[in-house]
Amino acid sequence: MDYALIWYGLIGLAVLIYVVLDGFDLGIGVLFPNAKSEGERDLMMNSIAPVWDGNETWLVLGGGGLFAVFPLAYAVVMPALYAPLTIMLLGLVLRGVSFEYRFRTKRGKFIWDIAFFLGSFGAALMQGVMLGAMLQGIEISGRSYAGGWFDWLTPFTLFCGLATVCAYILLGACWLIIKLPEELASRYYRIAKRWAVALVLSILVVSVWLPLHNPIVSERWFSFPNSILYYALPILAVLCSWQLFRALKLYQAVRTYLLAMGLFLVSAMGFAVSTFPYLVPFALTYQQAAAPDSSLKFLLVGTAVLLPMIIAYSGYAYWVFRGKLKHDEGYH
Amino acid sequence: MDTLAIDLARFQFAFTVAFHIIFPSFTIGLASYLAVLEGLWLKTGKEKYIQLYKYWIKIFAISFGMGVVSGIVLSYQFGTNWSVFADKTGPILGPLMGYEVLSAFFLEAGFLGVMLFGMSRVGKKLHFASTCIVAFGTFLSAFWILSVNSWMQTPAGYAINEVGQFIPEDWFAVVFNPSFPYRLVHMLLASYLTTAFVVAAVGAYHLIKAPHNPLAKTMFSMALWMITIVTPLQIIAGDFHGLNTLEHQPAKLAAMEGHYQTHKGAPLILFGIPDDEAKQMNYQVAIPKLGSLILTHDLNGELKGLDAFSETDHPPVSIVFWSFRVMVGIGFAMLVIGLFSLWLRKKDKLYQPSLFHRLCVAFGPAGFIAILAGWITTEVGRQPFTVYGLLRTADSASPIDATAISTSLIAFIVVYFCVFGAGFFYLLRLMRKSPTRYEEPLEPRLPEGENVPAAIHPNRLTER
Repeated sequence: MDYALIWYGLIGLAVLIYVVLDGFDLGIGVLFPNAKSEGERDLMMNSIAPVWDGNETWLVLGGGGLFAVFPLAYAVVMPALYAPLTIMLLGLVLRGVSFEYRFRTKRGKFIWDIAFFLGSFGAALMQGVMLGAMLQGIEISGRSYAGGWFDWLTPFTLFCGLATVCAYILLGACWLIIKLPEELASRYYRIAKRWAVALVLSILVVSVWLPLHNPIVSERWFSFPNSILYYALPILAVLCSWQLFRALKLYQAVRTYLLAMGLFLVSAMGFAVSTFPYLVPFALTYQQAAAPDSSLKFLLVGTAVLLPMIIAYSGYAYWVFRGKLKHDEGYH
Repeated sequence: MDTLAIDLARFQFAFTVAFHIIFPSFTIGLASYLAVLEGLWLKTGKEKYIQLYKYWIKIFAISFGMGVVSGIVLSYQFGTNWSVFADKTGPILGPLMGYEVLSAFFLEAGFLGVMLFGMSRVGKKLHFASTCIVAFGTFLSAFWILSVNSWMQTPAGYAINEVGQFIPEDWFAVVFNPSFPYRLVHMLLASYLTTAFVVAAVGAYHLIKAPHNPLAKTMFSMALWMITIVTPLQIIAGDFHGLNTLEHQPAKLAAMEGHYQTHKGAPLILFGIPDDEAKQMNYQVAIPKLGSLILTHDLNGELKGLDAFSETDHPPVSIVFWSFRVMVGIGFAMLVIGLFSLWLRKKDKLYQPSLFHRLCVAFGPAGFIAILAGWITTEVGRQPFTVYGLLRTADSASPIDATAISTSLIAFIVVYFCVFGAGFFYLLRLMRKSPTRYEEPLEPRLPEGENVPAAIHPNRLTER
C-alpha cells in the first residue's frame, strides 16, 4: 500500500481544514478596524474566543505532520520560507495573546485591538505568500534548500497573499453574519459581497497567471486530451461562484459560508492537480520526501483512531457555542 | 557551517524555548489544581472552592494563551533553523510530536473553550469533566514532548538508513527510552511544585495584607501541603534521574559534578570556579568521598571525570555546573519551607503574618527558576550533540546565514519582551487582587436544582 499517498491526502486535508477554520477567525481580525463600536469588537472577539485555539491547532498538525511523515520536505520548505514563516508566527503570537489581554485593560485596550488586526493581517498575508512561493517552485540541491533568501517575494506570491486575505475576510464576514445579533449582522452582507467579488477575481487571475508563469503547470493543463478531466475544476469553480453570489443575494449566510468552502476545496484541488506528485514543487515528490513506512504506519494507526474523535469533539465544542451571540455574553 | 550562525540559531532556540517552557510548566500544575478545586466544590458544596476556581481560572487563561502561541513558534523552528536535524530525526521524533498534537493539543484546545466559557451552557458535571480533560491533556502533552526530548538525550530503538536518517526499529524502545520515565516524573513533579509556590506566594501576600482572608488561608494551606509532600519526592526523583544520567550520559554528569579528573572515592564538590582551560576546579569546597557514596553507593567507587572522554565531546562545564547547583539549592530551600510549614501548622501559627510569609512571597518564582536551571543543566549538558553521541549540534543546523538569523532573533526578542512583558504585568495585577470579595456573603451550600448557580454564571466568572 502507498502509505505516503495516504499521508499526502491527510496532510492536505489538515491544511484545508486549517484554512477553512482559522480562515474565518483570522478574517475577523482583519475586519476589526471596520467595526463601528467597541461593543461590536467585543462581540466579534467573543464569537471566536471559545474556538480559535482549536482552529489554530490544525496548523500545528500541518507543521508537525509534515515533520513526521515528510521530514525532508519539512527540512527544505521551512528554511526556504524563513522570513514569511517568522512573520506569520509573530503575527499569530500577537493576535493570540490579544484574546485575553484586551479584556484585562481599559487604558491599553486599543493597543491589543491594533495588535489583533496587525497579527491577523500579517499571518493571513504570509500564509498566502507561502502558498504562492510553493506554487512557483522551490530550488533544492541534495537534501537542502538551495535558493535565495528572497525567492519567496515576487509579484505573484504577493498577489497570492492578497487573494488569501480576501478569502479570509469573506469567511470572517459570513461567520459574523451567523453569530452577530441581527441589527449588527446585516451590514456584513454588503461586506461579504464586496470581498466575494474580489476573491473570485483573484482566483481567476491566479489561474491564468500560474500557467503563464510556469511551463510545467501549463503543459499539464494544456496537454490534450489528458487534461480534459481537469476542466471539471474550472467549471465547478464557476458554479460555486455563481451559487455564492446567489446565496449572498438571498441573505443566506450558512449557504454562503459552505459555498466559500467549496471554492476553497476546488482551489486546493487545482493546486494538487498543478503540482502532483510533487510535494515540494517542482523538486521533491511526496515519495521522495516520505519517512520510512514504519514511521508512516505508526502514526497512521493513531490518526485513524484519534482524527474521528477530534472531529467529533471539536464539532461538539462548536455545538456548545452555537447560535447568535447576545450582547451580554462572553466571559470577561 | 559558520559558527556564528550556529550560535545565533542556538541562542534563538534557547530564547524561544525558555520563554515557552515557563507557561506549560505552570499550567500543567494549575490545570490539576483547578480540577481539584472544582471537584471539591462539587463534592462538598463549599462556596470557597468555586471562588478559588474563579480566581485562578483567569490566571490560567492568560498563561495558557501565552503557552499556546509561544509553542506554535517552536513546532516550526525545528524546520526553519535545524533543518538537517529535522531531516535526520523526523522519522522518529516527528511521529511522537504528531501524537502530541493529535492526542493532547486538540484535546486541550477543544475543551478549553468549554472550560473558560461554557459553564452556563453545559452544566456543572460536564464542565467539571472539561476541566479534568484539559488537565489530562496537559499531562499527555508533557508525556510526548518529554519522550522526544529524552530520545535526544538517550536514543534507543533506532537504526540509521543509507541517507543518514534515524529510522525506527522498535517504537516501544523509542518512546520509553532509558531516560524518559525519570525525566517525565521529575518534570511533572517540578510543574506541581512550581504551581504550588505561585499559589503559596499569592496566598501569603494576601494573608500579609489581611490575616483573616478566608480564601487566602485555603490556598496557602493547600499549596503548602503540596510543597511539604512533593518536595521530598522530587528530591528522590532527582536522585534517580541523576543516577540514570551517570549510566547513560557520564560526561554530562562529570560536568554537573565538576569532575575534570577521574577519581576513586570522589569528593562531592559543593562550590568552586570551574576553569575549562586548565581543566581544573579552583577554590573548591568539597566533602571528601561523598560524591562516590551518592552516585555509586560506595565510599571508594570510581567516578569518571571529563578526562575519560575525548575533548571534542565535552559539554561547557561552568554553565552546567552552576545551573545544576541553582536547581539543587532551590530544591533544598523548598524542602526547608515545607518542613517549616509543618511546624507552624502544629503551633497553629500558619496564618499569622510573619517573616515566613514574606519568604513565601519571595519564593513565588522559585519553581520557574529551578525549572529553567534544570533544563539548562540537561540541555547544555547534552552538548556538543543534538542527538547524544550521534548527531553534533554543528551538523544539525539549517543552511541559513547569520544575517537572516540575527534579524529573526531581534524580532523575536522585541515581540516577546513586549507581549510577554505585558502578560506578566496583567498576571501580577490579577494576583494582587484579593480572592475574597468581602461584600458577598459566602453561601455554605449549593442551591439545589438544575439551575446553574448565579455565582458561576460566565458573566460573573471573571471580572474585568
